[in-house]
Amino acid sequence: MSQVDINQYLIKEKPFYQIQAREVELYAAAYNNRLPVMVKGPTGCGKSRFVEYMAWKLGKPLITVACNEDMTASDLVGRYLLDANGTHWQDGPLTTAARLGAICYLDEIVEARQDTTVVIHPLTDHRRALPLDKKGELIKAHPDFQLVISYNPGYQSLMKDLKQSTKQRFVGFDFDYADAALETDILHQETGLDTAVAEKLVQIGIKARNLKGHGLDEGVSTRLLVYAATLIQDGVDAKDACRMALVRPITDDVDIRATLDHMIDAIFA
Amino acid sequence: MVIAVSKTQKAKTSRLSPEQLLAYRDQFKCNFKAVDNVFEDCMEEAVYRLSEQGISDYLEGASRVTMIGRGLEPILTYLEEMPQVAHDLGEETLNMVAEAVWALSRTANGKSIPAFVQTIGIASRRLGCKESLGQYISLVMQMMARTASSVYGWKQTSYPSPGAISMLEQMPYLLQQLSLIGLKNWIEYGITNYHNHPERQKDYFSLQSADARAVLQRERHGTLFMDHERQLNLYLQALWFEEEIPLLVPYSEAFDQLRKPHPYYDQLGFRIPDVYGDLNGVSGINRYRMVLAHMAGHRRWSHQLIADNYSPFQRMAVEHFEDCRIDYLIMKNYPGLESTIKALHPQPDEWACNPEEESCIRHRLTMISYAMLFPDHDYENSDVIDFAQRFYAAMADGQSTTNEMASLGLSFVARTRKQSDQYSSVHFKDTEVFYRDDNRHLWQFIEEGDEEEMWDKRVHKEEEEVQGLPPRHYPEWDYNSNNYRPDWVSLYESLHPSGQASKIDQLLSKHDALAKRLKRLLEMLKPQQFVRVRYQEEGSELDLDVAIRSLIDFKSGAQPDPRINMSHQHDGRNIAVMLLLDLSASLNEKAAGSNQTILELSQEAVALTAWAVEQLGDEFAIAGFCSNSRHEVRYQHIKGFSEHWDDNVKGRLAAMEAGYSTRMGAAMRHAAHYLEARKADKKLLLVLTDGEPADIDVTDDKLLIHDSHKAVQELDQKGIYSHCINLDPKADEYVQDIFGQQYTVIDKLERLPEKLPQLFMALTK
Ligand SMILES: Nc1ncnc2c1ncn2[C@@H]1O[C@H](COP(=O)(O)OP(=O)(O)OP(=O)(O)O)[C@@H](O)[C@H]1O
Ligand SMILES: [Mg+2]
Repeated sequence: MSQVDINQYLIKEKPFYQIQAREVELYAAAYNNRLPVMVKGPTGCGKSRFVEYMAWKLGKPLITVACNEDMTASDLVGRYLLDANGTHWQDGPLTTAARLGAICYLDEIVEARQDTTVVIHPLTDHRRALPLDKKGELIKAHPDFQLVISYNPGYQSLMKDLKQSTKQRFVGFDFDYADAALETDILHQETGLDTAVAEKLVQIGIKARNLKGHGLDEGVSTRLLVYAATLIQDGVDAKDACRMALVRPITDDVDIRATLDHMIDAIFA
Repeated sequence: MVIAVSKTQKAKTSRLSPEQLLAYRDQFKCNFKAVDNVFEDCMEEAVYRLSEQGISDYLEGASRVTMIGRGLEPILTYLEEMPQVAHDLGEETLNMVAEAVWALSRTANGKSIPAFVQTIGIASRRLGCKESLGQYISLVMQMMARTASSVYGWKQTSYPSPGAISMLEQMPYLLQQLSLIGLKNWIEYGITNYHNHPERQKDYFSLQSADARAVLQRERHGTLFMDHERQLNLYLQALWFEEEIPLLVPYSEAFDQLRKPHPYYDQLGFRIPDVYGDLNGVSGINRYRMVLAHMAGHRRWSHQLIADNYSPFQRMAVEHFEDCRIDYLIMKNYPGLESTIKALHPQPDEWACNPEEESCIRHRLTMISYAMLFPDHDYENSDVIDFAQRFYAAMADGQSTTNEMASLGLSFVARTRKQSDQYSSVHFKDTEVFYRDDNRHLWQFIEEGDEEEMWDKRVHKEEEEVQGLPPRHYPEWDYNSNNYRPDWVSLYESLHPSGQASKIDQLLSKHDALAKRLKRLLEMLKPQQFVRVRYQEEGSELDLDVAIRSLIDFKSGAQPDPRINMSHQHDGRNIAVMLLLDLSASLNEKAAGSNQTILELSQEAVALTAWAVEQLGDEFAIAGFCSNSRHEVRYQHIKGFSEHWDDNVKGRLAAMEAGYSTRMGAAMRHAAHYLEARKADKKLLLVLTDGEPADIDVTDDKLLIHDSHKAVQELDQKGIYSHCINLDPKADEYVQDIFGQQYTVIDKLERLPEKLPQLFMALTK
């Protein structure tokens, strides 16, 4: 029926994930009961990494879909395609996951239009089914199938929020940047960077997050700190790496830049 | 019929009442007819910006400017500029300026009065505090006095200063370029060199001559505070993130000849120089940062000591040790600052001071200070070496304490005491550490203060009858027991009393320019009737562009995009917004750095927002709340969803008053029940508050925070999005616990009127 090889979605190597609290056991409990999961948190704080890690730990394939504004329901569910002999049906990623029992991860779900997000509704309540209207088929989800969405509440726009009826189908996990010691460890483990230097990067990250709401929309993410660490590991001067990875991408405001630049000089003697 | 009458009168009634105006006009002694054209406008601004006393000073000042008989111009300038100046720098300036004009009129330089008055506005904006404005005025007056000349003969004749008017005309530019001390030096040069060459003096002060420009260039060094204020605020916010970032207040170093004033801090804020030049390779901006770091360090790590027990020398020593502890901790946190401190801290020559002839106390303390900060020092004095060791040991395991430094300091004085310390001639060279403040915050003097006065003076207000609807009861969340206390809070809703709608129109007219800008933004937000949605598999119309592209793909054997249709969608904004205002007593306080109360600023902000939302046509309601224990939460209706932004609503807003406490949860729940009844797709509750929830019958600070957080969650369940606009600089401590990420802290209160509507638009974009 489906031509897709599910094994390609299995995560073969153990991803590095630094556990922050009890999220691993709690997620496992949610999965055992096949409850849909929502992971919330600011950008680059480890949401995607966590889901990947859980998929590996549970030994389930993971299908990730990055959502965007132009995405339609068919992009998730599937569509008829034209070919030389007429048409044939092509499953979308959501359908594939439901049929074959994968974890389907819809990244940045708020980006998708609301008429798109509603297609997940029947999969996320007791029905656990996906109607393919055009094809006239009703798929019963595979027992291993689970839906996970990620969602960054920091957009601060009412219009870009999920509907209540969507939100209330999920159990939720709040993520935030790891505390200083853990974040240092993440940088060290991800890039091999010396802990003393990693500590300083983390200090910069934490201080820069103080400016959130005072001219910065988002603080410096763990992802950016990892970038900086990678550059330093590669021999780039620490201050240059910080400017390039931590300051330039997040702001064009001259005053904020000057402040962050100074902070880098103050922290890296 | 009544309505028709009041409408025709409206244009007039939106002003001061005619009687009031007449009374003010009587106090202002001036016969120029032309003044009457602007008097009303000026008075309106004055009434708005000034206190009772201020208004009377203003009118008296204007009368004096009239009396000198220099024509209409200085009068008009005074009338127009002074309300703003007095509002920004303090009402003492009203007299100060009038006084100066009066004094000038008694000299030969009366002709330059109009030009002089003209510079007051820009000078006040550039200089930023009344002391500096006063110094500016005396600077200008001295220049005029010293360049005017008298010829004694059969009859004494006086000639006015030839350069004064030219200089005053250049003043906006000069103030833009120079700090007060720079200006002083520039003027000084002109006086010294040209006081008896009228023509060349004129050239100099009108910036025509080459040396005028050269001196200007030379004096233009330094980093001006006014140009870097925001950056310095950001610096504090990011690196020293304190509960509350202090206000920065500049002073000028130009006028204390004897000893330069030191930075210091008090309740009002951090006082710092208005300009810093580069010093020992440290740039001006980094010198500012260093001063702020040091003061912020004190705020973070120092504790007060009782001053009464110590002699002046002992205090001086304690201060030096404590300063070193602060600098040490700064370097520990920010190793990059070590080089800055090293460059700025003097390193006195060990043998420079002769104890036979002069007092070496400062010299000794500066040496030990240097030695404590920089272990690689090369001092040989055994006490210095010993105490530096003791300092390192104290700092070795952590932060140490102010008390530990105090006892180190005391033993240091005791050990190194010399007869000559008392000598009046003190060795000063290389002993001043300019980035350190004067430590006045470190000392507490108990003898003067009378502790009895600390008695609780709270007077209980008479229970007022609460009018309006019967109370509604709401539960409150008790986090200790993890449970609701049912029907815990009684909430009374009433219609807010009404006042003068014209007051609000007046506030709005003040923000004309802002309103124009908002209008442009609003245009973009306004719902377009239909929007085209492209890339649809099914739709109402074929999207020709896409279809052709698909066909080409198909013909060429590639996978065609099937999304070749488009459809139209009605893009109505369908949202309901409730603005809930905290009307607790703290709103009566003056906003930091502004002469207006928080309440007044809120009124302006709410008026602008309401106006903006009305333009958009969104459903919008406004209510206020305050509380006086759980038995009496007052909820005041200001604007209902079905009401328009009209004079009734404006009247209620104008009468807004603040009092009592902030029991936020109940008010939010009540506001929510109105929002719940709306049919809109999106529902937004905006809470405007200046502090954390609190009430007189609650001692546990956390309780109402938890309850408000619970309310936010309840609202979320009901599909109502809450967002907090917080005016409290300390908000970062608790606002997240209540609103999660859904909050905005307004740092600069005076910008609230501009921020609130913008925030509303950003949230609903
Ligand atoms: N707990 C963690 N363990 C290991 N790595 C982490 C952790 N948190 C963050 N990282 C690092 O941060 C990077 C970004 O994390 P991730 O891609 O999961 O962010 P995200 O929260 O999904 O962000 P976005 O919302 O932008 O998609 C990862 O590539 C990883 O290097
Ligand atoms: Mg991600």
